[in-house]
Amino acid sequence: MRVNGAEEKLDVEPWVSLADLLRDRLGLTGVKKGCDQGACGACTVLADGTRINSCLALAVQYDGKEITTIEGVAPHPLQEAFVRHDGLQCGYCTPGQICSAIGMLAEHAASGADPAALDEAEIRERMSGNLCRCGAYNGIVDAIKDVTR
Amino acid sequence: MKPFAYLKPADVDEAVLAVAADPGARFLGGGTNLVDLMREGIERPATVVDLTALPLDEVHDLPGGGLRVGALVRNSALAADRRVAARYPMLAQAILAGASAQLRNMATVGGNLLQRTRCPYFYDRESACNKREPGAGCDAIGGFNRSHAVLGGSGSCIATHPSDMCVALAALDAVVEVRSVRGVRRIPIAEFHLPPGDTPHVETALAADELITAVELPPVPVAVRSRYRKVRDRASYAFALVSVAAALEVRDGVVTDVRLALGGVATTPWRAREAERLLLGGPANEEAYRRAAEAELAPAAVRPGNAFKTGLVRATVAATLRDLDLGEEIG
Ligand SMILES: Cc1cc2nc3c(=O)[nH]c(=O)nc-3n(C[C@H](O)[C@H](O)[C@H](O)COP(=O)(O)OP(=O)(O)OC[C@H]3O[C@@H](n4cnc5c(N)ncnc54)[C@H](O)[C@@H]3O)c2cc1C
Ligand code: SF4
Ligand code: FES
Ligand code: FES
Repeated sequence: MRVNGAEEKLDVEPWVSLADLLRDRLGLTGVKKGCDQGACGACTVLADGTRINSCLALAVQYDGKEITTIEGVAPHPLQEAFVRHDGLQCGYCTPGQICSAIGMLAEHAASGADPAALDEAEIRERMSGNLCRCGAYNGIVDAIKDVTR
Repeated sequence: MKPFAYLKPADVDEAVLAVAADPGARFLGGGTNLVDLMREGIERPATVVDLTALPLDEVHDLPGGGLRVGALVRNSALAADRRVAARYPMLAQAILAGASAQLRNMATVGGNLLQRTRCPYFYDRESACNKREPGAGCDAIGGFNRSHAVLGGSGSCIATHPSDMCVALAALDAVVEVRSVRGVRRIPIAEFHLPPGDTPHVETALAADELITAVELPPVPVAVRSRYRKVRDRASYAFALVSVAAALEVRDGVVTDVRLALGGVATTPWRAREAERLLLGGPANEEAYRRAAEAELAPAAVRPGNAFKTGLVRATVAATLRDLDLGEEIG
């Protein structure tokens, strides 16, 4: 598996989730666990550029893939935009939000659409897999909009 | 999670053989349902056969305008396929109405067909549930049943089938192709999911060792004008209270072709054949739409928690068909 650009040879039991592997074995604690049930998005990472919930992914299923966590995307313009627009309070959901937003913008670009056409309603719908207990949604949407303009 | 052995076969024969030889083996698609249920201790396979290396991840054209969808096509890829959007808009909309983008990127078509109910008592191992433990009883029937079925239930189980995608597949008469060491079978979607009856733990016509290889969508010309409408407790990322997949053709104010299926209200993805029969050849107006929905609901068994669903079905069916007939008459 390649993680944040580095080749990792790991021997792992098949019942270990990708989230646990990244956090406990590789120390990538930017990967957060909110629910461990696919419901909150805090554990979002990119697998070959596609956003997934690493808590419902068995690590063995992702053998040979390129995994990117928040540690691997930094520094990223979205991070600055989140700070500028108050897209966070406690920050627990933020790594997942940013990885998800990167994946979302790639999905949107792959459909051939113009990123500047992403309006607030569409951003909210496309980001609905990432919950924020602090309710920083307005700032999150503004930050994403900002990087598309 | 209970320890298990893990296999990742590279071809279909190998996958089918692995499960035929091992009654404790289960297939794994995207894992978004099975991994969750294994973590909860509700599913405990001895061996997990990962399907994601199988070459079943493409969508092909069929002669006559249908599509053949490999069982490992991800939900997001199917929704984004331009042929699906053009020929079966209700299917793309149904998929996009379900789960979240991350989950749709992981979930496969085969796994979506076999996802298990979201009945809270099924998930709670302290509760009585005939589906989880045959013969244990059903805490939902006299309990909190706001999310439960009004159609297709039995005295043993009233859990709803949770899939959005399957509601569109029911409306489209999809066919599920399955393979085992005994050969290939083709199961019409209407016969694929089983009502609970006395055996709510038996959910589909699929045998334990059968692999879903593909879903075939026949040509359905009326589906070019189709919609999926989902009513839920929040705007996005929640299971349906009621959903409607509909396709409609109207000429001179008369319904000349129609497809209708319901989600969130039945124990299986529910094709509304009685409503279709009443609508066909009749007037394309609000009153007819409501009457057709009413007729479909004639066998409904409501409980205090879910009685609101019948009114919601009538309103949602009518609204969806209105959407389709508004200014869309064929000259
Ligand atoms: C938080 C959350 C919200 C969700 N919201 C919705 C929603 O609103 N609407 C909705 O429709 N769904 C929703 N889902 C469910 C989601 O759509 C399913 O979990 C998903 O479709 C399952 O696909 P999978 O490939 O991940 O299945 P898996 O978890 O891999 O497998 C599910 C089952 O299918 C079997 N299986 C898989 N592939 C095959 C095959 N080819 N042949 C034979 N057996 C096979 C497995 O053995 C297992 O029993 C939600 C899920 C979560 C976690
Ligand atoms: S409705 Fe079905 S799934 Fe829910 S508790 Fe009753 S038997 Fe179990
Ligand atoms: S921790 Fe994975 S979605 Fe909540
Ligand atoms: S900033 Fe606290 S959960 Fe989102």
